[in-house]
Amino acid sequence: MTSDIALWLVQDGIVNGAIYALVALALLLVFAVTRVIFVPQGEFISYAALSMAMLQLGQVPATIWILVGGGLVAAILEAATAWRQGAVRRLPSILTRYIAIPIAIAAVVGWSASRALPSWVQALLVLALIMPLGPILYRIAYQPLANASVIVLFIVSMAVHYMLTGLGLVFFGAEGLRADPFIDAGFQLGILDISAQSLIVIAVSILMMICLWLFFERSLYGKALRATAINRTGARLVGIRIELSGNLSFLLAAFIGAVSGVLISPITTIYYDSGLMIGLKGFIGAIFGGMVSYPLTALGAVGLGLLESFSSFWASALKESIVFTIIIPILIWRSLTSHQHIEDEEE
Amino acid sequence: MKHRILSPLAIIALGAACTLSPAQAEIRIGVSLGVTGPGASLGIPYKNGFQLAPKTLGGEPVTYLILDDESKPDNAVRNARRFVTEEKVDAIMGSNGVPSAVAMTQVAADTGTPMIALTPIPPLDSARNKWTFVVPQTTELMMSAVVEDMKKRNVKTIGFVGFSDTWGDLVYNAMQQLAPEAGMKVVTNERYGRADTSVTGQVLKVMAARPDAVVVGGSGSPAAPPHIGLRERGYKGPIYHNHGTVNLAFIQNGKKMVEGAIAPTGPLIVPEELPDDYANRNVALDFTTRYEAAFGPESRNAFAGYSYDGVLLLDAAVAEALKKAAPGTPEFRSALRDALEQVKNVVGTHGVYNPGPDDHNGLDERARVLVQVKDGHWSLMK
Repeated sequence: MTSDIALWLVQDGIVNGAIYALVALALLLVFAVTRVIFVPQGEFISYAALSMAMLQLGQVPATIWILVGGGLVAAILEAATAWRQGAVRRLPSILTRYIAIPIAIAAVVGWSASRALPSWVQALLVLALIMPLGPILYRIAYQPLANASVIVLFIVSMAVHYMLTGLGLVFFGAEGLRADPFIDAGFQLGILDISAQSLIVIAVSILMMICLWLFFERSLYGKALRATAINRTGARLVGIRIELSGNLSFLLAAFIGAVSGVLISPITTIYYDSGLMIGLKGFIGAIFGGMVSYPLTALGAVGLGLLESFSSFWASALKESIVFTIIIPILIWRSLTSHQHIEDEEE
Repeated sequence: MKHRILSPLAIIALGAACTLSPAQAEIRIGVSLGVTGPGASLGIPYKNGFQLAPKTLGGEPVTYLILDDESKPDNAVRNARRFVTEEKVDAIMGSNGVPSAVAMTQVAADTGTPMIALTPIPPLDSARNKWTFVVPQTTELMMSAVVEDMKKRNVKTIGFVGFSDTWGDLVYNAMQQLAPEAGMKVVTNERYGRADTSVTGQVLKVMAARPDAVVVGGSGSPAAPPHIGLRERGYKGPIYHNHGTVNLAFIQNGKKMVEGAIAPTGPLIVPEELPDDYANRNVALDFTTRYEAAFGPESRNAFAGYSYDGVLLLDAAVAEALKKAAPGTPEFRSALRDALEQVKNVVGTHGVYNPGPDDHNGLDERARVLVQVKDGHWSLMK
């Protein structure tokens, strides 16, 4: 291996690692706040990437039907709850949140499809399209089970994952799609050809991490999420509602997923079922951080990207085996070094 | 009271009579396809092919029972067993994934049911080979067209990058077998996954070996990433694909980057460009025209043609087998198997089939043409 090949591999590894890091941070965030191991995080990425590519092709992304349909189901569930509790006055807000807003977003996206808008506008539309899916999923699948055990929530996650993959096949079709780069430029750095797209990926990932950090450190909502993550019962005692923190963490997860999807869509072909693999690799990163530490998680995810890149050069046929086997030494290392006990699990 | 006991019995008896009587007259074919799962992009066109298939086989009405195996071999086996034991089919067909098709051949051999394999499959043992007939061109036949073209360009070293599955193995083995005879050498064997987000490592390894030409052992749109990667890194040599890659999605994904990609395929991809006297031009043109009328412009693909050709083979063989036994019986299945070895000059969309006891495929050089991506379309290479 020559030094220029090594540099290429490092560049490739960091770009992929940045995406894995975003996935891992979202997984960690959702797990800390709601104890849900959020397998479908990868689906946000594939939905966003496919929607982006479809918009660029001038087609109406099928995601709008998923959004409107999901919103409708959530609205019915929410309205039924409100009815049972005799709180009919909540109906207007339910209708706004789960029906009016999704339909409005769907209408704007549908209108824009044939208009060939600039790609940054399309990217914003995709974000608007994917983000509401987070709270909608939370309302339908997880909120009714908010107090269930981690394993039950995990099984629900698998079910949600299969449902979303199935819907993806129906709505997007079996073929993969790839979007055009935001900026079709590149420059030489020594022997490396660095594409503008890969720089965007890295820059946006770092920016996202800084924003998340600021959100958790500085804002009231961020502090509420942290409080819930540290102690759920305590958080409730000081007036932080479980539904609020759940909704908020899923909204953030969907936002992070949508950003990753938009970023990744020009550099690789995404299929309706690509989400699982990306999600699993992010999950390894999250395990590296022990499902608690954000900096370690980001570090682990980037390391995994590098490992994947180098193993695809040295032993391409065994790449996935190498990447997933790494979880065993990580788990051994984690179990030898961590002394904390799982709290409020065995109540 | 008596009435209430009698009526369910009557219904059962009536039902039994209804299900039995048509089973005597009609032919039943069980088809297992991966319409969902990783193989879905091929499974869907395979399934579409059956929509255009004839409604009679050998003059008798036919029912195609199509089940989804989710591209998983264990499901394909379950479907195949169900077809044989519960549905009493006369032949099974499938699947679009090589591992699934191979798994089904065992059921065919165990139960004595003729099997029409819709993908190329690796060599089988004699018991399984006896009952299995393969519709697509062998990988060797297809890749020999590639090697001939390489010879014209004076290629000496070949880089290989392909799927890390049976399909990648099949293409790699075919190249390994054909290259030495033509005085060439395969210098890399890089593998990648269908949904991998990056193939940079593999591409760099191939580039480092400096091959005169590259062969990609992928299929459909997932065959595009290595091609794009090689061109992005400035690879100048010709890049060859295989017959699994020839569809529109490949070009839609690769866009300008895959311009010039060369691949072998069946004549049905470019029937308009073939000479009028080409052996199967009319069948291919008719099928392509009807397919695109049903599934949209430029939707033509090799896979639907394999389903259709499999049915044409059965059509010819059923006509013979009907002379010996009635459908729905083991004797009929056995006669059908024998007939499949004897049918002559079955003109399909991919070529002219002349199977025999030693050759359960029966296609020859007429079943392959080289096509090239030109201005965003697959066109005949001249």
